[in-house]
Amino acid sequence: MSVQIWTYILVGITFSIYIGIAIWSRAGSTKEFYVAGGGVSPLANGMATAADWMSAASFISMAGIIAFAGYDGSVYLMGWTGGYVLLALLLAPYLRKFGKFTVPDFIGDRYYSKTARLVAVLCALLVSFTYVAGQMQGVGLVFSRFLEVDMNTGVIIGMVIVLFYAVLGGMKGITYTQVAQYCVLIFAFMVPAIFISFQMTGNPIPQLGMGSTLNDGSGVFLLDKLDGLSTELGFEEYTSGSKSMIDVFAITLALMVGTAGLPHVIVRFFTVKRVKDARKSAGWALLLIAILYTTAPAVSVFARTNMIDTVNNQPYANMPEWFSKWEITGLISFDDKNGDGLIQYVADADTNELQVNRDIMVLANPEIANLPNWVIALVAAGGLAAALSTAAGLLLVISSSVSHDLIKKVFKPDISEKGELWAARGAATVAVIIAGYFGINPPGFVAAVVALAFGLAAASFFPAIVLGIFYKKMNKEGAIAGMVVGISLMLFYMLKFKFGIFDGGKLAVAGLKEDWWFGISPEGFGSVAMVVNFIVSITIMKFTPAPPEEVQKIVEDIRIPSGAGATSDH
Amino acid sequence: MTDKQSKAKGYWKENLKYLFILLAIWFMVSYCAGILFKDALDAIQVGGFKLGFWFAQQGSIYVFVILIFVYVKLMNKLDKKYGYDE
Repeated sequence: MSVQIWTYILVGITFSIYIGIAIWSRAGSTKEFYVAGGGVSPLANGMATAADWMSAASFISMAGIIAFAGYDGSVYLMGWTGGYVLLALLLAPYLRKFGKFTVPDFIGDRYYSKTARLVAVLCALLVSFTYVAGQMQGVGLVFSRFLEVDMNTGVIIGMVIVLFYAVLGGMKGITYTQVAQYCVLIFAFMVPAIFISFQMTGNPIPQLGMGSTLNDGSGVFLLDKLDGLSTELGFEEYTSGSKSMIDVFAITLALMVGTAGLPHVIVRFFTVKRVKDARKSAGWALLLIAILYTTAPAVSVFARTNMIDTVNNQPYANMPEWFSKWEITGLISFDDKNGDGLIQYVADADTNELQVNRDIMVLANPEIANLPNWVIALVAAGGLAAALSTAAGLLLVISSSVSHDLIKKVFKPDISEKGELWAARGAATVAVIIAGYFGINPPGFVAAVVALAFGLAAASFFPAIVLGIFYKKMNKEGAIAGMVVGISLMLFYMLKFKFGIFDGGKLAVAGLKEDWWFGISPEGFGSVAMVVNFIVSITIMKFTPAPPEEVQKIVEDIRIPSGAGATSDH
Repeated sequence: MTDKQSKAKGYWKENLKYLFILLAIWFMVSYCAGILFKDALDAIQVGGFKLGFWFAQQGSIYVFVILIFVYVKLMNKLDKKYGYDE
């Protein structure tokens, strides 16, 4: 059977499962809509969190980025997993004990202020919208390449599916579809990785295959071979990288702290029953994420080696079928500069003849390695699962920010339970349409803004929440000033060094690299802005009145794990 | 200070001690082994891996997972000790 028929079958089966689950788990109350009723088991919540977290970027792009960045790609691996340690130890148990529905809920109540709540709502909306647009684009990419439908039609199909189960089921529907989506995406990621690892090294476990010798009888270690190939072609040694140490440090920190501050991840921990379940499900989530995150760097090494071996100094006429297929999409391009009919793939931009888009490495990998058609189709279904699960989680944050934090808590406190539920559904519908619009008409800065999302979360939410839990005397003046200064500084730095708006636009950006503060890139600056937030908060707090007695009581209460079931029934 | 308050205080103190130790390990495997001392550790080769590179792309992640499960165990024990488990 052809790849396309396999893809239709597998995507058809998985989509029917998601819809079936959505119908089975409709939400009947706001509590079910916002936090799935609060009775999700730790393992199910761990699976849902893992699927929620691992987006199209993790599934499709990350291994490709690492394949081209080598050691520098470690910032994503450590950054996007290490954040869970912070989440499990510093945030999840206490926020669960606090027991409300959203992150702005915590900020607003802990800092006894509508202003603080509104600042938090704005941050949550900004972070979530930039993220969700990227997911919709991922859906479009998979549809257009594997089902050969128009990219826009792909985005619309994705929108309808997400709309169906997010609007109908709320958090309850999303949670159980995410459990199914985790199974699909991890299976889809692992099967080709195991095949290729066995093919190249004789070891079926990719994490070990990456450090094994090649299967060709030469006795050379795979990583040594790749280091050799890279330097031969003029690239940096694969295991060394080219970023400065301070920048690697800063980016890793910004991604870790940003991860721990992302609202769509935090709210997942409101769905379990007890504080101890919140801790445990953070453990499950990271374990399940780590399966993909330790496999991804192995996939990167296999894919990079395979690609260089397949294309470099080979005649263009002899390229396999996948090469021309990806050429049609424009994601691979070849320009025979010296006219010898061979493909020269080198680091030097003047003589390099091959351009490869990083995003296709995972999708093309099974084809490059000549795997069976059903495996290639499986990867398509996995990519869709990853993109849809994250999109749904983000849409929930958007809709609850509007219906709960804005309508119920600020503008119309007397709204009925039923009215709030309808408002939540309405907000989710509007959010899907806006997200779809950005998926079809991506603003040129999506990729840049996704990096900004982490910086923003690091610079705003993380310090405010941590101080709210660990520093009883932290007051609203300190927290609000910290959030505002942190975000503004982050925005200023991004606008200056990522978009160059103070120096004459995008073209000036490369020349500004010399002026980076402390040699830190905009991607890593969230860590500096976070430190500034902490300092500002604490300084302002020293000169302003202490928080009221009852707020200090709340802080004492969230530090004690027992009684979480009672607090959430408000 | 009431009994209840001093119990809560003792619990919180022990919790902070655990956090400090676990986060110190968290920092060491990622920022120290994977970034700051990566070049020195790369001189050591384990199988096909240079050690610093291994910590950055594999080892730190394994330790992160273990850290959370150790924390879960420690806190469950602590909850029992202070009668906060349910």
